[in-house]
Amino acid sequence: MANTQLPDALLVQDYVAGNEDALASLIKRHESKIYGFIYSKISDRDTSNDIFQDTFIKVIRTLKSNSYNEEGKFLPWVMRISHNLIVDHYRKNKKMPMFRETEEFSIFSIMSDDSLTIENKIISEQVEMDLKKLIEELPIDQKEVLVMRMYQDMSFKEISETTGVSINTALGRMRYALMNLRKVIDKHQIVLTN
Amino acid sequence: MAKIYSKKSLVTKKMKPEKEIVSFLLNYSKALSIIKIEDKSFEIIAN
Repeated sequence: MANTQLPDALLVQDYVAGNEDALASLIKRHESKIYGFIYSKISDRDTSNDIFQDTFIKVIRTLKSNSYNEEGKFLPWVMRISHNLIVDHYRKNKKMPMFRETEEFSIFSIMSDDSLTIENKIISEQVEMDLKKLIEELPIDQKEVLVMRMYQDMSFKEISETTGVSINTALGRMRYALMNLRKVIDKHQIVLTN
Repeated sequence: MAKIYSKKSLVTKKMKPEKEIVSFLLNYSKALSIIKIEDKSFEIIAN
């Protein structure tokens, strides 16, 4: 193509004069450098394409409105436009962070669901059921204190008032309840973990 | 054969924008005309 030999300044002049092919030549000549420059700062193909497009929309508008006055420095001028758009992109992202999935980066590495999986939920329910069965085996006075403390979230003062025993007795019953539970768990080698 | 452990550059010489982007730009350019009247400019996009 003869146009590829023409200097940028002439192609710009041609384009401003109405020759649309001149723009195609300018883009073809510089697309790799400009796109590579944008990609080196952004590292994301889609965003780089967007910025490349916005860059040339500005170029087209400026040239068509006859506001361009940097003859002979076409490429540095376009690079400056793309650089400003890259800065704008990062400013916008600072206010509203956006993550894009790439080959090296997975969005799931920063996003996680803390809720239990179905399997863990089933295990958790099973553990609670087993524990309740074990508690049922405790002597009544110990079971009473343990249930009030662990399941009804009562203080030892409240437990002592409700059961009519001293706080120390309530504490003692709780201690024995836990010791007995541990004994049964160890004896039968029950696994109560999720 | 020796393995090269240096970090691979992200940018290769052949990196180019998508063809659709270039095509859009060329069509946009063909459709756009800017008319200046005094100190105001009007953009007209032909369908």
